[in-house]
Amino acid sequence: MNYVHVQSEPLDPHREVDQLRADNPMIGAVVSFIGLMRDMNEGDKVDRLFLEHYPGMTEKALLKIVEEASRRWDLQGCRVVHRVGEMRPTDPIVVVVVASSHRKEAFLGCEFVIDYLKMQAPFWKKELTEGGERWVDARISDDEAEEKWRSVSSDD
Amino acid sequence: MIEVRFFARFREELGADTEQLEADRVNCVEDLLTDLRGRGGAWSRLFAEDQRVMAAVNQEVADQSTPLKDGDEVAFFPPVTGG
Repeated sequence: MNYVHVQSEPLDPHREVDQLRADNPMIGAVVSFIGLMRDMNEGDKVDRLFLEHYPGMTEKALLKIVEEASRRWDLQGCRVVHRVGEMRPTDPIVVVVVASSHRKEAFLGCEFVIDYLKMQAPFWKKELTEGGERWVDARISDDEAEEKWRSVSSDD
Repeated sequence: MIEVRFFARFREELGADTEQLEADRVNCVEDLLTDLRGRGGAWSRLFAEDQRVMAAVNQEVADQSTPLKDGDEVAFFPPVTGG
């Protein structure tokens, strides 16, 4: 079952894994990705992170991404939970959990979902450093993910 | 009317998060961008042609040619940085 959620409360990655795999004996593999807040970025110490999103569009964009992953690979479910608001170093920012009968699809599906989330889901990071606040610039290399996934599907 | 929304750095630098515009002045996203670009100051800087601007219409990713009609919700924002 696919599920996406945006919340300001702290994330519990283990809970998300348990929720996805509960009562489904078809699942033989679960792959999860946890994005965490680092205390350094571009050479500067970061004390706090603030995540903004576009309520409504963000959830739709996440759902589209997990549906695309489910179309490309034979998955048993996909769960994406993203945190917004204020965070501190070591806090989980996002949890992506993908389940399938066999591990290959789960690995591919999980990497696909986080790659596309970073390119397309409307979230923006603002960092608080000793020098003040600053919006994080998008990494150009995220655009390369599109190219990477163009030729990858369950037929490989 | 068209509802125009701004997010993140755009919202802060423009000092605006939402506004209503007359729909008969704009037929597509590009018309709206041209209109905003002509306002001067931060508007001209953020929406200059060499800037990376993402757009959404009714909460779906859009491009410059996406048509607009009365009642649409349009959003402009910088490239996304989630995850």
